[in-house]
Amino acid sequence: MIATPLPDAAENARGSSLSPSRWDRIAAGADFQALLRAKSRSIVAATLFFLGYYFALPIFSGYFPDLMSRKVVGQFSLAYVFALSQFPMAWIVAALYLRASSRFDRDAAAILARHQSGLNASEENAAE
Amino acid sequence: MTAILMTLGFIVATLGITAWASRKSSGAASFFAAGRNITAWQNGLAVAGDYMSAASFLGITGLIAYYGYDGFMYSVGFLVAYLTVLLIVAEPLRNSGKYTMADVLAYRLRPRPVRAMAALSTLTISGFYMIAQMVGAGAMVSLLMKDIGMDYSLSVSAVGLLMIVYVVFGGMLATTWVQIVKAILLMAGVILLTTLVLAGYGYNFGAFFDAATRVGYTENGVPVVRDFLQPGLYYKPPYGPLNLISLSLALILGTAGLPHILVRFYTVPDAPTARKSVVWAMAIIGVFYVLTTFLGIGAALLVGRDFIAANGGINMSAPLLAFRLGGDLFLAFIAAVTFATILAVVAGLTISASTSVAHDFYSNVLRAGKSTSPREEVAVARLTAVALGLGAVGVAILVGPSANVAFLVGLAFAVAASANLPVILLSLFWKRFHTGGAVCGMAAGLISSIGLIALSPSFMGAAAVFPLENPGIVSIPVGFLAAIIGTLAVRDPQSEEKYTELLVRANTGLGAEKATLH
Repeated sequence: MIATPLPDAAENARGSSLSPSRWDRIAAGADFQALLRAKSRSIVAATLFFLGYYFALPIFSGYFPDLMSRKVVGQFSLAYVFALSQFPMAWIVAALYLRASSRFDRDAAAILARHQSGLNASEENAAE
Repeated sequence: MTAILMTLGFIVATLGITAWASRKSSGAASFFAAGRNITAWQNGLAVAGDYMSAASFLGITGLIAYYGYDGFMYSVGFLVAYLTVLLIVAEPLRNSGKYTMADVLAYRLRPRPVRAMAALSTLTISGFYMIAQMVGAGAMVSLLMKDIGMDYSLSVSAVGLLMIVYVVFGGMLATTWVQIVKAILLMAGVILLTTLVLAGYGYNFGAFFDAATRVGYTENGVPVVRDFLQPGLYYKPPYGPLNLISLSLALILGTAGLPHILVRFYTVPDAPTARKSVVWAMAIIGVFYVLTTFLGIGAALLVGRDFIAANGGINMSAPLLAFRLGGDLFLAFIAAVTFATILAVVAGLTISASTSVAHDFYSNVLRAGKSTSPREEVAVARLTAVALGLGAVGVAILVGPSANVAFLVGLAFAVAASANLPVILLSLFWKRFHTGGAVCGMAAGLISSIGLIALSPSFMGAAAVFPLENPGIVSIPVGFLAAIIGTLAVRDPQSEEKYTELLVRANTGLGAEKATLH
């Protein structure tokens, strides 16, 4: 944690006063690793898809203007239809990610709850 | 005169919000992060408000009115860029930061050098962005109020003064609410303009786009007719295609590095709310940018490029369209909305820049984290807001009213994508990354992007050393490479150790800053 002397950093202290081994223990857990894998899988896939779809637009408009100027729907050129299609593309990717991420939230909460109860249990053991 | 009254009405209303916020505002988390109590839709509107700046409204409308499809490329890039924010940056940032972008970097890197660099890049980017808004304000006023003696410099000064008032007294809570009010007003204005444009074509889209394929204007003294739905009117060979790709890179990667957008994710209670607020913003921003087609092409058809060029220039396409469609009254309304937009965006920029100076530079670099009270931090932020406001007014007066404001903002995106995004990404996702790499990356990104802008045709004209207007395609890889090479040069086990903590925090929200209770 950064050395912030602000009093309201105190509200954060619960998190940062954890012993370093606690972070390591959570990070090493199979459940956390599974969450990371699932998350990076969907984020990498979505990112590659949207970057590919998006950059096809300037590349084709720039280097293949004749192809892109072809009228496809009424007066609309292929370029314009493709440009407009970027809007629903962005909305759909965002909606799909929103759906996937509510599962990630549940998994993260479950991991924290397990570690919290694990910690309490070990404290009780230590007290006995 | 109506325009002045309407603008004054908005100013009075927003000063009311500021007064209310200054009574509610107490403490640093409240001044800098609105107590982290902003809800998803409110933050979505505020993010959208920050983003739908004068550059988007005046600048993109102007570019489409002049160049059709090629101008629309800005609209597409501005929206799709939010996928980068949503997928990669928003949640880890909310989970591991406090007030500024640099909080995330300072997590596992040595705070002082990293924060000093981050404060510098934040000031640079906000400065570029702010100058664009001020130029828009100045052009707007010179169009409206020539006859009552309010000229460009005077109006730029007035806007600067007002935004200082918002930020100094109201902090983040006031700027957030000013942003929300303005976002609603601007959407209403744009929808009204679009409806009136389409009404002229009997609400027949076919007729409107038919006309869009035959837009007439004068080019080099010769009357020409062009198809505005086809590419290539602006991005012409030899360098046009590369320039377009460079701009696209800057837009798509720059948004996730814009300090004034990133700080908005600290105003919400947690990461899921941050995520939802991005989706809200994408819905609003998307509708806005789709409608820029109708504003731009509408201005090209109904006002005409020649008339725009002779009456206020490219930035005035939207206000001139309003005048053509609804006369003085509608022009007054659109002018008031434009001022609201400029004031709100400039206030948002100021608060993010002054937060960075107070929190990153003053508390953590100058005082090295020693005994700064929140009250002191807030006082420094207020002082910075005053200094920055005065500085931006000065530069905007020097730049003058003729540069396209969307283009100016595109440069701010390029700087953000080159200096900020590489280090944000690498610090979140690369275990070996360390302070040396971050400082190298930010310095190289900042120097290369600004250097190439200075050598570009926009500043050197025909004698330009660098042929592209937007430096992104060179300066973004330079930023990444410098960060990677700087990291590989030496090892820093300490920042590798802290990586595990950051990874757990970013992905679970454990230990994240909580909302303040009332």
